[in-house]
Amino acid sequence: MKKYIVKRLLQLIPILLGITFLSFAMMRMAGSDAITELYSNQGGAVSAEVMNEARARLGLDKPFLVQYASWLGGLLRGDMGVSYVSGKNVFQTFISKLPATLLLTVLSVLLTILISIPLGVLAAVRHDGIVDYFLRFLSFIGNSLPNFFVALLLMQLLSIRLGWLPVISGGTSLKSAIMPTLTLAIAMSAKYLRQVRATVLEELHKEYVAGAMARGVRSSVILWKSVFRSSLLTIVTLLALSIGSLLGGTAIIENIFLWDGVGKLAVDAITMRDYPLIQAYVVWMAIIYVLINLITDLLYHALDPRIRQGVSE
Amino acid sequence: MNRSDIPVRKQKIRRDTTKLRLIVFGTLAGLLILCSIFSKYLCPYDPYLQDLSIAKAPPGSAHLFGTDRYGRDMLSRVIIGSRTSIFSTLLLVAIITVTGTLIGVLCGWHGKKLDTILMRISDIFLAFPGLVFALAVAGVLGGGLHNAIIALAAISWPKYARIARSQTLAQKETTYLQAAVLSGSSTGKIIIRHLIPNIIGPILVTAMLDIGTMMMELAGLSFLGLGAKPPMAEWGSMMSDSRSMMATLPWITFAPGLAIFISVMVFNLLGDTIRDYADPKARGR
Repeated sequence: MKKYIVKRLLQLIPILLGITFLSFAMMRMAGSDAITELYSNQGGAVSAEVMNEARARLGLDKPFLVQYASWLGGLLRGDMGVSYVSGKNVFQTFISKLPATLLLTVLSVLLTILISIPLGVLAAVRHDGIVDYFLRFLSFIGNSLPNFFVALLLMQLLSIRLGWLPVISGGTSLKSAIMPTLTLAIAMSAKYLRQVRATVLEELHKEYVAGAMARGVRSSVILWKSVFRSSLLTIVTLLALSIGSLLGGTAIIENIFLWDGVGKLAVDAITMRDYPLIQAYVVWMAIIYVLINLITDLLYHALDPRIRQGVSE
Repeated sequence: MNRSDIPVRKQKIRRDTTKLRLIVFGTLAGLLILCSIFSKYLCPYDPYLQDLSIAKAPPGSAHLFGTDRYGRDMLSRVIIGSRTSIFSTLLLVAIITVTGTLIGVLCGWHGKKLDTILMRISDIFLAFPGLVFALAVAGVLGGGLHNAIIALAAISWPKYARIARSQTLAQKETTYLQAAVLSGSSTGKIIIRHLIPNIIGPILVTAMLDIGTMMMELAGLSFLGLGAKPPMAEWGSMMSDSRSMMATLPWITFAPGLAIFISVMVFNLLGDTIRDYADPKARGR
């Protein structure tokens, strides 16, 4: 197990280098640079000398690889430069917005689990029954609705028609988290319910289930003690994989509900062409995603008795 | 769960409706594509003509989906928007299918260093959470529909490359391909005549299943202002453009939303059906 963890951590290094290099290269290849953008935002013509001086001050005139190396060094020290627009420290700005996004992510994952695991198991148990068809229908509808449309529908229903919730979240309170969480959870549950159903269904069709039934083991015992427990591995993995789409999805949802997280920060930064902020967003989101995948992988290995005891399949 | 009868033995014999569904959903998808091609001739009104005297009209017999704040007919705008939305999605899926397959075949066939390098690169792309990277690419390239397509293509090809590569590796060991190599066929001919037709099935199924997702992501980027921009009629940007007036003029937001929903659903249904058709074992799952 220890050997495996070390191996996985070593494998991360080229991936992380690749992620940082790619994000860095992408920002540098952009057509117009931040200085041009900054001065054109302020209006009026600025002489080339002033602009070159500003470039030199931000280190934008050095060779590409030198810039990358110094940026990577800064990244390791938690220093990602200052925002081109506000002049504030990028890393601190990013970190200050991160908890709001993480809160939203955790809440929607929890809600997704609460919705889709019981319903997914139910659909699998009632395979081809009315309940199964109904749940499949719902998940199909959910799968075909873009999350921003769901957000607008919820707004129309809960805020404008019923007046239960404010249209725009005022700060990061739990009340204002309801609609964004619901939106993200609906989209995620629709996909996840299907996967849970398929996993449990596959497990139900295995021969040991028939064997246990023949020996008169109670159905509920078979379902929860055997089938669900062996499906859990796949279920956990699939959940972790879908967090990737959640991280991107929050960007749109945070913008609709004006939720003050990193997704909104990133989209604002994109419209202002604030490269250091966009970079911080891409790099850190990718790192978080890679780490979640790593933890899932390790968890998978820790949970699977075959692998834990070193038995090969 | 109280009665908890696990229906292991309860297998109903159902009529296989795959073929029927294939025809129905194929026709519907075909209609959507035709609509996007001939959208210009299907619009009851000029979708870009502003007429303030009929602005903000609710849905009625003259304007089925009402009019927006400039008095433009919403039905016409939704129809003309199908060209941007549906057509660019299909273009996007075609681009990633072709590039992904080419890279995958190249890796699987050639092997060695090229394979290692390209697969490591695809690892890096797969390590990014998809939409996050697309956002950044679209942001750097500066928005616009073309750039949104490039951004989504940049994050989506590795999946196809992976499938094509593993399929190529599997086919490479088969007797018929070995025979083709031994009989002296040129590599290009082997790949085009023998390899591609035999590996394209799973790739096309994946592509069909991806159309709906891609359509939603493209609309999402436009919604954020990183894709098609007004006045160009595109469903995502139309929704974003009008959402500030959602309390008073909900139809302007919901007409394009409904269009996205229906198109995504039709393509998802078609994708599912094609998968069932290609893999009879998975039917009903």
